[in-house]
Amino acid sequence: MQLPKPRGAFSADVFEALRSGPSRLTEPGLPAPESPDDAAIALWALYELHGWGFDDLDDDPEWHPSVIAVRGELERDLESRLRERWGGASPEGDFAETFFAYVEGHDGPSLARHVQRNATTDEVMELLKVRSLYHLHETDPTAWLVPRLQAGPKAGLVEMLYDEYGTGDPNRLHHHLFARGLDAVGLQSDYGAYVDDAPLEALEQNNVWTFFGLHRRLRGAALGHLAAFEATSSGPCRRVVQGLDRLGFDPAIIRYYAEHVTADAAHEQVAVRAVCGRLLETEPGLRDDVFFGAFTCLDQESRLARTLLDRWEADR
Amino acid sequence: MSTREYEHAEVEVCPGGPLLVRGEQTVQTFDGDEYRTCGPLTALCRCGKSASAPLCDGTHKLLPPEKRP
Repeated sequence: MQLPKPRGAFSADVFEALRSGPSRLTEPGLPAPESPDDAAIALWALYELHGWGFDDLDDDPEWHPSVIAVRGELERDLESRLRERWGGASPEGDFAETFFAYVEGHDGPSLARHVQRNATTDEVMELLKVRSLYHLHETDPTAWLVPRLQAGPKAGLVEMLYDEYGTGDPNRLHHHLFARGLDAVGLQSDYGAYVDDAPLEALEQNNVWTFFGLHRRLRGAALGHLAAFEATSSGPCRRVVQGLDRLGFDPAIIRYYAEHVTADAAHEQVAVRAVCGRLLETEPGLRDDVFFGAFTCLDQESRLARTLLDRWEADR
Repeated sequence: MSTREYEHAEVEVCPGGPLLVRGEQTVQTFDGDEYRTCGPLTALCRCGKSASAPLCDGTHKLLPPEKRP
């Protein structure tokens, strides 16, 4: 993967500094982000230094203090916006029951329903490109959580990750299934291939996964986010399968979504009960963060769905 | 806290949801057929409405709470 295209003077300077000398990032003269897009693409690229890296950059800047300093500023801004959107406290009651009800009670526009009933082939292709940003490294941001958990939630998380990662068979590994699906429909399957096309909301959705995953302080939010993601996957994936089938898409991409219908019906139970439930047994003070993470997951998906649905509506 | 014994069953009834099965188990379905789960995690339908039976596909969430298993 190459560094993405900058989306303003700030990201342009950040990328240039990554190439030529990261110390410049903490010297006077770095402009402030000129737009949310400018900030989001910079943060996305800084996070990728910890992930798959860039072919046109060496790995040294990953832990450079100036890089971490600039990343920290972008993260503080991101977190304050996320917490402002949440603004709430967690609902009371038995955790699993309350959590499932909370997720079911969230009302937002649904991309899956659109794919099922109305989407055109072009719209689905655009959606696959947007989704590729996450699905091509599916689960990776959650894997960072493992060494930060005690025995109970750790065992639950690893049980789930083992399934996500194909139970030892790379052909069943979820992000590989998605890559093969992209190949089959004629899209690029290289990680990050479509980042330059990604709308702001998709960049931010991905930044949130990584932000929560990288910070021990936010382990409750990360696991609540994961549980909400899993708990909103099975039914929507069933609708996507029907839509892809309606439009005559290749079986390889249908397989990816079909796998998630039944896999995530199990994963949501594990994520809510064995992971978050056990986390809160040992660390009850994280309950608000678990719900903050869940809300953020649902809210981010709603914002992305609204952006894409509005765009497609306007194009018709 | 960290040395406690955790509850961990091979087969777990999820209130309002599926039967969560770990590992390889032989299960008799609603139709009387045998189904072999292949693990590590399988959710089996308990509401009778799954389109992927005997596997759970999340359809129980579309039922009113009193109709859920």
